[in-house]
Amino acid sequence: MIARRGAGWWFVSPALIAIAVCFAVPVIAALALSFTDFDIYGIADRHDVRFVGLDNYRRLLAAPVFWTALRNTVAFVVVGAPLSIAVSLATALLLHARLARARAVFRTALFAPVVTTVVAVAVIWRYLFHGRYGFLNYVLGWFGIDAIDWLGDPRWSIPALIVFAVWKNFGSNMIIFLAGLQSIPDEPYEAARIDGADRVQQLRFITLPALAPTMLLVTILTMVGYFQLFAEPYVMTRGGPAQSTVSVLYFMFEEGFQWWNLGFASAVAFVLFAIMLAGTLVQLALARRWSQP
Amino acid sequence: MTPAARRALVVVAAALAGLAAAACREPDGPTTLRFWAMGSEGELVPALLAGFEREHPEIRVEVQQLPWTTAHEKLLTAFVGDATPDLAQLGNTWLPELAALGALAPLDAEIAGSPVVAPGDYFEGIWRTNQVDGAVYGVPWYVDTRVVFYRRDRFAAAGFAIPPDSWPAWLDALRAIRDEVGPERYAILLPLDEHDQLLALALQQDDPLLRDRGRWGNFRSPGFRRALGFYLQLFAERLAPVATQVQVPNPWEELARGYISCFIHGPFSIGEFRRRLPAAQQLTWATAALPGPSGPGASIAGGASLVVFRRSAHPRLAWQLIEYLSRPEIQRAFYALTGDLPPRRTAWSDPRLAGDDQHLRAFRDQLERVAPTPPVPEWERIASEMRIVSERAVRRMAAAGPGLAPAERAAIVDAAAAELDARADQILDKRRWILARRGAP
Repeated sequence: MIARRGAGWWFVSPALIAIAVCFAVPVIAALALSFTDFDIYGIADRHDVRFVGLDNYRRLLAAPVFWTALRNTVAFVVVGAPLSIAVSLATALLLHARLARARAVFRTALFAPVVTTVVAVAVIWRYLFHGRYGFLNYVLGWFGIDAIDWLGDPRWSIPALIVFAVWKNFGSNMIIFLAGLQSIPDEPYEAARIDGADRVQQLRFITLPALAPTMLLVTILTMVGYFQLFAEPYVMTRGGPAQSTVSVLYFMFEEGFQWWNLGFASAVAFVLFAIMLAGTLVQLALARRWSQP
Repeated sequence: MTPAARRALVVVAAALAGLAAAACREPDGPTTLRFWAMGSEGELVPALLAGFEREHPEIRVEVQQLPWTTAHEKLLTAFVGDATPDLAQLGNTWLPELAALGALAPLDAEIAGSPVVAPGDYFEGIWRTNQVDGAVYGVPWYVDTRVVFYRRDRFAAAGFAIPPDSWPAWLDALRAIRDEVGPERYAILLPLDEHDQLLALALQQDDPLLRDRGRWGNFRSPGFRRALGFYLQLFAERLAPVATQVQVPNPWEELARGYISCFIHGPFSIGEFRRRLPAAQQLTWATAALPGPSGPGASIAGGASLVVFRRSAHPRLAWQLIEYLSRPEIQRAFYALTGDLPPRRTAWSDPRLAGDDQHLRAFRDQLERVAPTPPVPEWERIASEMRIVSERAVRRMAAAGPGLAPAERAAIVDAAAAELDARADQILDKRRWILARRGAP
């Protein structure tokens, strides 16, 4: 018995070593880095690196731009993630509907934004969002809505990025939902129809409960993805106007790879990790409570 | 060990030592110089190198082209990984940083003994961007500065055949244009996500931007506050739109369309105007040097330099290549190839540069008045904070409207200057510690 357990360790050891080398070591090194002021001077001469204890974390929590970044990120997650999931679910339901025609065409078309390059579509969306010449404002004009300076007004820049991100990302969740929908057997629907349930009731009492495991996966993945907001502000606004689209990850990137304050940037990374871990744990706890009868 | 075995070992060791010595000797083939160049310069410079290789058959130059977006990271990782090239093109704002790292070789001795590189022939402000703590680390390769691009008809209608050269007269001209075209159109564009415009105004002042050898911010100085005040006034009086480059991505067509009547930009814009505007509109725009507080003002000393790395195995050959590329006739050829403006006055005597191109005259004029930014590695970071803080001040000023009392305007300026000093002082904290540790003056 003991010998077999030993053999088991041998079999998993290549994977464990890979995880240790590619994951554990860099994480521990980054944690160590976050307690130092490693920067451009440190690159030149290791003696110019000081151990600063928790100073980076203290400075981070005292920096107004960190709180701005956190607020922007949370707004993006709280509004963007549910919106993205709702759009994904709605399109999946439409594609799954019995009456839908040319399903393959729509499925491909709706999935297309996911496989496009974010830099290329950002150029197009910058035109769509343009305050004076943009198509979006032109359409809003039909309904008598005044032009919005989407990417120029600090109040509208995050909503604009949310619209862009939802459009760019909803396709992948849609495919996951579609797979989930296709795995629900027909029998419960038949039974429900015989019992006189209408479509809304069928959705409420059969489809959504059957999709619950899929939903849990999708919400966690989407939340984690939206917390890592970076590409959208990087290509669309460069954090502007007035730092209204600086996200935590963008802030970390600037500190780390633009200004080479690697110690400070590591501290940002660990704070972001802690926030995301907390968010995921809350979701798991909620999911457990909901799944109990 | 038997004596025979010992003898054999000695023979083997001696043979190995001989092999090692042979390996260390220079190979007979040509020496390879590794030259890193960025963007379009990297693409086009090989065409110039054939002449150098003809003059120096013993040298072969290997150009590696780096994209500008990753060049900075590449240089730093190459430094850490001990893989720096022999020489490279370096944006002159990066030079203080790499000099602080100790990556660059000082060139003072080479320059002093050079028949080609004559410091006095270079535009002074540009030359100074290569000096850090008294040593010269680079030779300017091409220059870049900011001038005014304007609509002739608008300034003519406002009563100015050419844009005036002092701030008060500028304000008059811009106000006259605004009264003519407003309120949906603007006299000048100063994109809030660029720091060049405010930086140029700040460099026109006598007060340096940092004090005590780059240990502390000097933004509360009267000079910087005057520059910031003037800059903010342009927004407060609705002479400039509160806009970023995201909102006005195409200033050339916006100028032709009349949305703006002038903007401040580099030589790159000349090509953009020629490319984007139809022939009939080519006479509508022109260039002028920047106005100063009370007469022609300074602008930014931008561009790129050629540097030799300290770890280069062939610093002498690398210097010969720099000398070759610094010859006035090669610089003219380089201009013809790339459109990059030469840093030497003699190279500007070329008819294409000197007279034929009316748009370049403003650049030639401006290059005599360009000022370097403080030579500290932290400068780019501080400039970025300057942009962030001034953008916030612009938005406060614009939100308050043109009716703001002078005292309230001054309060916004003072608050922004104090904030900038606080941020700069924090960024420079490490520098102060290092200077103190090294016992620097």
